[in-house]
Amino acid sequence: MNKIVSKEQFSANVVKLEVEAPLIARARKAGHFVIVKVGEKGERIPLTIAGADVRKGTITLVIQSVGDSTAKICALNAGDEITDLVGPLGQATHVEKVGTVVCAGGGVGVAPLLPIVEAFHKAGNRVIVVLAARTKELIILEKEMRANADEVIVMTDDGSHGTKGLVTEGVEGIIKREKVNLCVTIGPAVMMKFVSALTKKYEVPTVASLNTIMVDGTGMCGACRVTVGGKTKFVCVDGPEFDAHQVDFDEMIMRLNAYKNN
Amino acid sequence: MMTVTAQELTAARRAEPWREALRKSKKNKERTDIPRVKMNELDAAYRSRVRNEEVNLGLTAKQSQLEAQRCLDCANPTCMEGCPVNINIPSFIKCIEVGQFADAAKVLKETSALPAVCGRVCPQEKQCESRCIHTKMNREAVAIGYLERFAADYERESGNISVPEIAAPNGIKVAVIGSGPAGLSFAGDMAKRGYDVTAFEALHQIGGVLKYGIPEFRLPNKVVDVEIDGLRKIGVRFLPNCIIGKTISYEELHEDGFKGIFTAGGAGLPNFMNIPGENLSGVMSSNEYLTRVNLMDAANPESDTPVQMGRNVAVIGGGNTAMDSVRTARRLGAERVMIIYRRSEEEMPARLEEVKHAKEEGVEFMTLCNPVEYLGDKQGRVRQMRIQRMELGEPDASGRRRPVPVEGAIETIDADVVIVSVGVSPNPLIPKAFKGLEISRRGTIIVNEDTMQTALPDVYAGGDIVRGGATVILAMGDGRKAAAAMHEYLQKK
Repeated sequence: MNKIVSKEQFSANVVKLEVEAPLIARARKAGHFVIVKVGEKGERIPLTIAGADVRKGTITLVIQSVGDSTAKICALNAGDEITDLVGPLGQATHVEKVGTVVCAGGGVGVAPLLPIVEAFHKAGNRVIVVLAARTKELIILEKEMRANADEVIVMTDDGSHGTKGLVTEGVEGIIKREKVNLCVTIGPAVMMKFVSALTKKYEVPTVASLNTIMVDGTGMCGACRVTVGGKTKFVCVDGPEFDAHQVDFDEMIMRLNAYKNN
Repeated sequence: MMTVTAQELTAARRAEPWREALRKSKKNKERTDIPRVKMNELDAAYRSRVRNEEVNLGLTAKQSQLEAQRCLDCANPTCMEGCPVNINIPSFIKCIEVGQFADAAKVLKETSALPAVCGRVCPQEKQCESRCIHTKMNREAVAIGYLERFAADYERESGNISVPEIAAPNGIKVAVIGSGPAGLSFAGDMAKRGYDVTAFEALHQIGGVLKYGIPEFRLPNKVVDVEIDGLRKIGVRFLPNCIIGKTISYEELHEDGFKGIFTAGGAGLPNFMNIPGENLSGVMSSNEYLTRVNLMDAANPESDTPVQMGRNVAVIGGGNTAMDSVRTARRLGAERVMIIYRRSEEEMPARLEEVKHAKEEGVEFMTLCNPVEYLGDKQGRVRQMRIQRMELGEPDASGRRRPVPVEGAIETIDADVVIVSVGVSPNPLIPKAFKGLEISRRGTIIVNEDTMQTALPDVYAGGDIVRGGATVILAMGDGRKAAAAMHEYLQKK
């Protein structure tokens, strides 16, 4: 069960795992996530599904090591098993033909963005991807994005690859240049907050995939709750994608820090 | 199997010569004069500092045999009518009286999949014990729950665990959604009837609320696991980490050859009050708090799951879940632990025993109080709460006097962890995934109350997904009823 079929090291802290999970591979759609637990004393953490191969019965996860649990997962090798893996969870991305879609991803958020890019492209949209990272080594999946998008713009903080600047600058350049019908953004909460603020200014409808703290991932605890349009929503069952312009990002960022030491 | 009715069986057993002799061995007066046994329990000061030790220690064999003598072995045992799974109560109690403890355990297993669990967590005072003949004479009921627990524990500890008789396999596959009390009870009854039973569970452990909800100090996990193993021994297959409606669809269950589906997904969706500050960090549902501590073992330093520990912990609500949460917070080292409940103690839905235990452990009861706002610091952590004093007004639709705010009576108290325990709603996952189910306004699945059959003929439902938040034993009763009805339905097909 849940055997790791292959492992690829994207950068020092980011790995890609292909995991045997035939039922999840068959059922998943773009936007879905899984809950993963490693070891008997492991915690349950959410990871968005970056891809799947139904024929091989595998799903792809891209994980950045940021704490104990992600470090444990990143340390696993091909042939190892993930103790518990459950999904697909959440609502799938709502995909339809809308015209031009800008997909903006930062850090490991780029990985779950890939199936969304694929799906919007397949649905007949003009898809422009903005990939952002601190530096060249942290840009992932560029080749895969290029294969599925009409245009890929790479932004790095230090200018070591693509254009120097933040993800928002890349998105703004596109909006100023042509009509954008939808923006989809996945990445660190702060990044999504600023992308959302930008697209709100230009009145471009925007969807953000939220990455809150979760425990069960099935709607039974509310650890993942966020305020959207003034109402409390559970990211794991109502989301993870919401109208970014309705999300209270400041509250969400505050809640993400609940278990950080002062 | 099932050739005689339960009533005939009860009467036949009562007529057995040893039972008759036992009845005659003592006068009823002698039996009723014996005072009801007191449960042995851990000292309150000690237990409120340790997390994993069970508070109730159980009865000794001697205490059990004496208590069993109090049972009059009635010709018409009304206690059985008070038991949702119809345990043959006088039969098992009389086995205890004569020291045949293993036989007592066997009687329990005929109708109950989880006797060691029910003996601990059932509200017997509202069920079997409320119908005991002693209560009609204004005396304390026979301690049926304690005796049930004794027999089940005796069998488990003896290591000689009996396996109930099962019918020959009939090759018919049935699916159970959810492995909580309703699902386990259904699974046990169907396996005994010869069905090929698979139970699908969304979490990584089997047992539902018995694992993530009820704490170790009331219900040790090892007790639950032994009863689940008992079900495995009679052929029930458990598939954790599998969510019906997500991992496998309703249609795929059909393709996989399942002829009947019992959905017992529970009422896992926590209610919040939607008051200002409720999303501050440190404010969480009972489900989250208890899941972290019980299922994820978060208070154990070896566990990767964290849990927020507070000095001043406020638990909002007056049910058993609130009591479990507040007593857990006490055990995790909180200095001040409070129950904040908007009605008075009389209206509290929690079991009297839980309230008593909580008080002994130093829990403050702030009744006729309702939170109206939470106040946080710069980091967004809860630090204080504003409480509105209430008074009781006219009775509402539920017949209970409605709490109304006392104008101007608002005070601010310190609280750095707040646990919201104001009820649960059914999880919408299954209703959404099964097209054609009838759903009530409260989100519960509508069933035929006699058969537990839903609007989809091959789908039955029971437990909290039908009732909203209720009790373990009612869920088990539903499982038993659904099993009987589904069996009849599948045999006719």
